Amino acid sequence: MSDLDQGVARTRQSFVGRLRGILGGPLDDAAWDEIEETLIAADMGAGLASRVVEGARARRDLEPELAVKNELIGLFAPRRTTGWPHVPGNGTPAVVLVIGVNGTGKTTTVAKLGHRFSKLGAKVLLAAADTFRAAAIEQLEAWAKRVDLPLVAHAAGADPSAVVYDALDAAAARDSDVVVIDTAGRLHTKSNLMDELAKIRRTIGKRLPDALPEVLFVLDATTGQNGLSQARAFHEAAGLTGIALTKLDTTSRGGIAFAIEDALDVPVLFVGVGEKVDDLLEFAPNDFVEALFA
Amino acid sequence: MFDDLSERLRGVLGRLTGRGRISEADVDAAMREVRLALLEADVNFRVVKDFVARVRERAVGEEVLESVNAGQMVIKIVHDELTTILGAGDRTFRLAGSPAVVMLIGLQGSGKTTTSAKLARQLIKQGRRPLLVAADPYRPAAADQLQTLGKQIDVPVYRAPAGTKVLDIGRGAVAEAKKQGRDTVVLDTAGRTSVDQPLLQEISDLAKALGPSETLLVVDAMVGQESVAVAQAFAEAAPVTGLVLTKIDGDARGGAALSISAVTGLAVKFLGTGEKTDALEPFHPDRLAGRILGMGDVLTLVEKAQEHVDQKQAGELARKLQRNSFTLEDFLGQMQQIKKMGSIGGLLELIPGMGGAAKEAQAAVDRGDMKRVEAIIQSMTTEERRDPDLLSGSRKRRVARGSGTSLQDVNRLLKQFVEMKKVMRQLSAGGAKRGMLPFGPRR
Repeated sequence: MSDLDQGVARTRQSFVGRLRGILGGPLDDAAWDEIEETLIAADMGAGLASRVVEGARARRDLEPELAVKNELIGLFAPRRTTGWPHVPGNGTPAVVLVIGVNGTGKTTTVAKLGHRFSKLGAKVLLAAADTFRAAAIEQLEAWAKRVDLPLVAHAAGADPSAVVYDALDAAAARDSDVVVIDTAGRLHTKSNLMDELAKIRRTIGKRLPDALPEVLFVLDATTGQNGLSQARAFHEAAGLTGIALTKLDTTSRGGIAFAIEDALDVPVLFVGVGEKVDDLLEFAPNDFVEALFA
Repeated sequence: MFDDLSERLRGVLGRLTGRGRISEADVDAAMREVRLALLEADVNFRVVKDFVARVRERAVGEEVLESVNAGQMVIKIVHDELTTILGAGDRTFRLAGSPAVVMLIGLQGSGKTTTSAKLARQLIKQGRRPLLVAADPYRPAAADQLQTLGKQIDVPVYRAPAGTKVLDIGRGAVAEAKKQGRDTVVLDTAGRTSVDQPLLQEISDLAKALGPSETLLVVDAMVGQESVAVAQAFAEAAPVTGLVLTKIDGDARGGAALSISAVTGLAVKFLGTGEKTDALEPFHPDRLAGRILGMGDVLTLVEKAQEHVDQKQAGELARKLQRNSFTLEDFLGQMQQIKKMGSIGGLLELIPGMGGAAKEAQAAVDRGDMKRVEAIIQSMTTEERRDPDLLSGSRKRRVARGSGTSLQDVNRLLKQFVEMKKVMRQLSAGGAKRGMLPFGPRR
């Protein structure tokens, strides 16, 4: 096993130094294979990694490093750079619905988003529509206190759609600019829970037909290939408008984001890089790719 | 559970079966697919390389080429190698000391808190008196979450005031356990990112101070290529004794388990199979290897059936099937037995070739279809259940009203019942296929 041990220890080295090292030397088949493996080790997926390498190899006009970067950038979906979340006007608040599987960091992201909007001068209201997980409401309450934002919550076990409806009413009454809604984590294979999510989405549409809510999918950067099937299922149930890639402060590279943007055309908008309220950054595609080579 | 990988390997290796001899090129083609499937299952790419090389070496050997049924040999080799890796290490769950200490560690969001409660519930079943300990002073409301779960399963939860050092929480918990006469302490530690040295140090200190008899690393089945590095970082910080693989009820293929076991030699001791506190199952490497290959997990199925199915009733059912006198009443009885056994999806997945049906059946249960069917049958008189032909238009309307469903629902059920009887008759006449019916006669 010692051989294997060493090999795995190498994956812990930055992506980066390795790729540099490879790209400095002559690029034979073995070197390209190693680039492919490096992309696989970043959770990009075997099929996509092989496509990227093939594309880069075909670009004889470019340096290999630039060719690989070009291919990677090309996988990203087009994105709006300003105007997020969508502001409907006419006094209707902007709505952000935060969804995802269990344990990806939804509640933390809701608090960070609220804090971010609030710093930009918006009147923010948070909604605790995760009524299922033990103490989820308490967790968001603690965050709301920390970032000093109002919170609409019902008792544990309440109908999440009812919480959302109430929150939107409260937003109208308080003249809020933006409502950020936390939902329960759900595995994308549980059809009853996905139906519940679709209902929450419909509830927003019913209460505020003009809102065009943002539906933010929270994806854990340590997630492997399952991330794509998660994103597909959530997209189908609620219509994703963006992705927050959390836990990028781990050693994981979040390469599955390439596969998701490539397949679904839903852009990564934010990255979570820590546990503090300010640790939510805007996603910059160029930086993300450059970081792989830095 | 692992059905995508199963289908993948079956697709590839299926081509190899039915032919007497396989060439080196055949093996290479199969191995390419095996590699892809394993990578897509998030098995670490180094582990995949190693695995494929070993299987290839054994498969291309003379023994295989000259054997009569080469395809089956390849399947067997892949299965053996998977079992060897998954079966590495010690799977016994050991408790020693008074109180015995169990520590749960892992990345944020992997499911430590939920697993703590599940473990405590299982300990109670074994006649122990656990104390749950909220040793996560960082995540807001983590202690509240454990407290809520503790209340659900009636296990006391030890928590310290905010700001208490983790080491002091641990020591305080052990003292409290002694005072309350609790024989097992289950520590739910804070989630961490693998790069966070101070937190890893904290685990290390805690382990040194309390000397846990079990330190379980909780791993999310959805985790990607970094699983091995993460596990190694934790194993360096604390004497990890085994793994818990969580969220396995999703469709993640859980290659992390294969990767971590291959590199660290640590065994999976439990599987987390749902959000409720009873969804914790022991891990069986041979069964899982079989499941990865789509060979079905017949052993588990038989065990589950033995646990729950009333043997006499099953025998009776078999006779009725043969006489073609299976009634709606029997149908209802059978459905209630299925419910006793737990998740339908999980059950069907244990049967070879039923992966797709499993998803559909579970979806039906999740939608409440089963409840509706139950309500409809329960709204019929005994005579009607025995002879559905009695159901005239007005009777059907009565049944629909009584069960809170519609006339269409009732008609659909009756039609399905007729279809089902037909299929069952064919199956029981088919003989060989009878084993496919989980509740049919057991031979």
